[in-house]
Amino acid sequence: MTILAKHAAYRHAYDALLAHGVDPLNVKFDAVLSPTEGVLNGQTTILLGTNNYLGLTFDHDCIEKAVEATRSQGTGTTGSRVANGTYGGHAQLEAEIADFYGRKQAMVFSTGYQANLGVLSSLVGRGDHLMLDADSHASIYDGSRLGMAEVIRFRHNNPDDLYKRLRRLEGMPGDRLIVVEGIYSMLGDTAPLKEFAHVKRETGAYLLVDEAHSLGVLGETGRGLAEQAGVEEDVDFIVGTFSKSLGSVGGFCVSDNPDFDLLKIVCRPYMFTASLPPGVIASTIQALRTLRAEPRLRHDLMRNATRLYDGLGAMGFQTGPEANPIVAVTMPNQEMAAVFWKMLLESGLYINLAIPPATPTNASLLRLSVSAAHSVQQIDRALEIFADVGRKLGFLSSDRRRAAGAV
Amino acid sequence: MRQNHQLALVETNGGGASSAMRDEIAAIFEQVLGRPVSLSDDTNIVEDLGMDSLGVMNFVMGIEDFYDLSIPLDRVAQIQTVADLMRAVEDLKSGKAV
Repeated sequence: MTILAKHAAYRHAYDALLAHGVDPLNVKFDAVLSPTEGVLNGQTTILLGTNNYLGLTFDHDCIEKAVEATRSQGTGTTGSRVANGTYGGHAQLEAEIADFYGRKQAMVFSTGYQANLGVLSSLVGRGDHLMLDADSHASIYDGSRLGMAEVIRFRHNNPDDLYKRLRRLEGMPGDRLIVVEGIYSMLGDTAPLKEFAHVKRETGAYLLVDEAHSLGVLGETGRGLAEQAGVEEDVDFIVGTFSKSLGSVGGFCVSDNPDFDLLKIVCRPYMFTASLPPGVIASTIQALRTLRAEPRLRHDLMRNATRLYDGLGAMGFQTGPEANPIVAVTMPNQEMAAVFWKMLLESGLYINLAIPPATPTNASLLRLSVSAAHSVQQIDRALEIFADVGRKLGFLSSDRRRAAGAV
Repeated sequence: MRQNHQLALVETNGGGASSAMRDEIAAIFEQVLGRPVSLSDDTNIVEDLGMDSLGVMNFVMGIEDFYDLSIPLDRVAQIQTVADLMRAVEDLKSGKAV
């Protein structure tokens, strides 16, 4: 027994996966060839689980900007902005991300995870009330524990349940902060943001939306769910990440709050970690410019997402509630999910295996994420592989097999 | 704060009010688990009833609906036994700071 024996339950669950010849936590690529292709065990494999929504990781301009910045400014900042100073790129990126959202202020973090840790632990403190959707990302839960606010969880995507809980707090002192996500990372469902905004207005709470998976994906100009739902004025703080649609790494928060600059003084996950290196900052600035200049990327993305979602649905697979770049296929149990995932991989299709406790409602999921860079042929090939594995595992009913055969 | 804790303990140690609450809690457990349960004050909610994290969340939300209160997450983390849960509900119902 070692100091880690307390995690024995996780060891058992992991061992059960390994017994199926499945090790989703240690997929080792021989090479990554493009936003949509890698090499695994010598086999060219379609990447359909990497959140590379706009396919910008190999964008020529982004790479050139990163190389240029690295040559001129070095590989890293070797410390935080508080200790080692702000580079021109940090300030430039903050100005451009604020401009993109039409907000007065922006703040850049070293990862999206740290953005949530920093913002949530700084906006609310002892005596305040933090209202979290039950299906919130781990970074939101972890951020809630870093501060001293009272944390109350409401039912997923349920504005009535949130309202009820805020009403119970009537007469109590302290600020209220509601936290929801644009697109939820496991099932790809969106928050009913109009209704949440209504609750916010009625109760005098603040509203924060995490647009990690919806930046560059939803909205007329790609600003996310708040733009799509037409409630940007009701959203006090937007948090997001550069590591998905912008193809790099890092996180941000934007707001019109007049005291926003205080965050840079009180926010520990901002102050006590190294700032992003010049190359990352430069490629992110370029990716944001490309996102703004090329709405075609979002249209390609949604075309692919809809094709994949509709194709899987036609075969009879149980998918999430709406067609989005995240498509989740619910499996009957963990064992079937693991075997299915392994067979997809062996057939040249890489997706994510998502199992409890990382999933809502304890479901075992095959989680796919689509890119604008996927060709229609790649989406169709992925559907063929799904149909083939589904048939081999006796997964599709006879009627559905006919539909699958037609793909 | 201490007075209220003592009050709750006295009630759970044999008062009619606590036995009524234990019955109410048992009914909510049964709804979530889909099977009858037998509860005592010492019943450990996770270990004795075989609840997973999702089950605990659904159960806590059932309790919150029934008693019309919200149990903050740090307080949920402290609850291990049925007696702990009844104390938390009593504290929150009485409007006591947690």
